[in-house]
Amino acid sequence: MSTLAVNRAQYEAQAVPLDRIDVSDPKRFQDDTVWPYFERLRKEDPVHFCRDGMFGPYWSITKYRDIMAVDTNHKAFSSEAGGIIIVDRNVGERFPNFIAMDPPKHDEQRKTVSPIVAPANLANLEGLIRSRVCTILDSLPRQESFNWVDKVSIELTTQMLATLFDFPFEDRRLLTYWSDVATTFPQAGQPIDTWEKRDAILAECLAYFTRLWNERINKAPGSDLISMLAHSPATRNMQPREFLGNLILLIVGGNDTTRNSITGGLWFMNQNPDQLQKLRNNPALIPSAVSEIIRYQTPLAHMRRTAVQDAIVGGKRIREGDKVVMWYISGNRDEEVIENANSFIIDRKNPRQHLSFGFGIHRCVGNRLAEMQLRILWEEILRRELDVKVTGEPVRVPSNFVHGYSSLSVRISA
Amino acid sequence: MPKIHFLEFGGREHLIEVPAGTSVMQAAVDNNVPGIDGDCGGECACATCHVYVEPAWLEKTGERTVPEDELLNFASTAQENSRLACQIRMDDALDGLRVRLPESQH
Ligand code: HEM
Ligand code: FES
Repeated sequence: MSTLAVNRAQYEAQAVPLDRIDVSDPKRFQDDTVWPYFERLRKEDPVHFCRDGMFGPYWSITKYRDIMAVDTNHKAFSSEAGGIIIVDRNVGERFPNFIAMDPPKHDEQRKTVSPIVAPANLANLEGLIRSRVCTILDSLPRQESFNWVDKVSIELTTQMLATLFDFPFEDRRLLTYWSDVATTFPQAGQPIDTWEKRDAILAECLAYFTRLWNERINKAPGSDLISMLAHSPATRNMQPREFLGNLILLIVGGNDTTRNSITGGLWFMNQNPDQLQKLRNNPALIPSAVSEIIRYQTPLAHMRRTAVQDAIVGGKRIREGDKVVMWYISGNRDEEVIENANSFIIDRKNPRQHLSFGFGIHRCVGNRLAEMQLRILWEEILRRELDVKVTGEPVRVPSNFVHGYSSLSVRISA
Repeated sequence: MPKIHFLEFGGREHLIEVPAGTSVMQAAVDNNVPGIDGDCGGECACATCHVYVEPAWLEKTGERTVPEDELLNFASTAQENSRLACQIRMDDALDGLRVRLPESQH
């Protein structure tokens, strides 16, 4: 972003009356100007009510500790009552899945899905993932500009998902497509402009997966996710909408987030050459650098809850029925908890202390998988001494939820 | 000062001495005992400080708290004697406590 745009955003964030601040405007995420607004809220009104938000009235929780308090209080703050994103959907249309369920149903289903992405199972996948990373890196063009998002970030996460689902490899880009559709809110002028269109595409996704499900249910239980869902007592009687909901959850969970951490990591290293040098000098820092990349990117900018009883957060009274948005992206820059929070520092004292995976009963089940993918990628980049230079500003996604990039133009010189 | 024996998954043992009041998670993290992550800093919000308390010590370490029990409930490697180490505070009565670490934290 140009200095001029930064200055203007800073000026505007200070000038607007506090009660008129609406951090949910997707445009501010697209042009990367949301930061000064969060900075002001953290300072002046950390638990902030916005009456006329683009997506209706809502509370913004902007500081680390207040976010932790909401995230761990699932009795007062429900994931089920209104879903987990700021945009409301007509309840009848939603695809239910356990990220948007409260206990006890949440716990049951989470327990079923969790073992496949637990470290013990991941160890079996590491070799396969590494060989795919190597193939991708070795086939990248040299001495010419290309889009890192498409050639590396998307390709790698898509291959990973195809592996997890044992999904037909040649059709794997469908996974990316469905993930994009599932996280798209219909907007006039976009390819998907109505909820009906979105639901029709997701119905195709359901049909495809139903076919795979039927194949697997008639076979002995395998270690892929679909087989696990088809055979586990906790999930095998799921209704089609619920089945699709959980699949979408795993596709989106394992797709956009990791993809954008892969892109973000490359961008941050290019912006902070001293940190990249530190990493090259000491590859033992890779796990710590991976956590820092995930903190600094915050691939999911927020999670939403709905108050199901009155509660006090940061001294403010939140009433039953209120929409509460935990801005992880802001809490991860809270200087009260994270020293030099606005800097990208790969060897922090507590690199794992960040909000990007959430906390409490909904804390990301895929976190170890995501970290493993990023670790392997950086190990292989360093091993090859790949010199990847960013050749332009990243293009960001207009979303207040998926915090990421649609393109990052790069060039490999050696 | 009370002492804790940590038994790593591979069998390696660490004897750590900490001031009374320190949590078992903090004791491990501060002394670089591998196998305990403590991502949430002891808020009982991440379950990456999962340990197995040796049966002889179960009574002295007390009951799981409600939020602790919820998190352990869906940890696939949880057993009867599973606890979250950040929820156990050391005192003289726990001097000599023995805990085993799981293969990995998730
Ligand atoms: C850097 C990468 C990732 C980030 C930043 C991330 C972020 C998150 C966050 C913030 C939550 C908490 C939701 C809430 O509190 O409501 C979550 C939950 C979840 N994530 Fe991830 N995630 C990542 C990677 C993955 C991967 C690779 C998978 C898939 C295998 C995955 C699957 C899930 C699932 C299934 C849940 C729901 C857990 C529950 O509700 O109990 N995530 N993730
Ligand atoms: S350190 Fe997070 S639950 Fe114990």
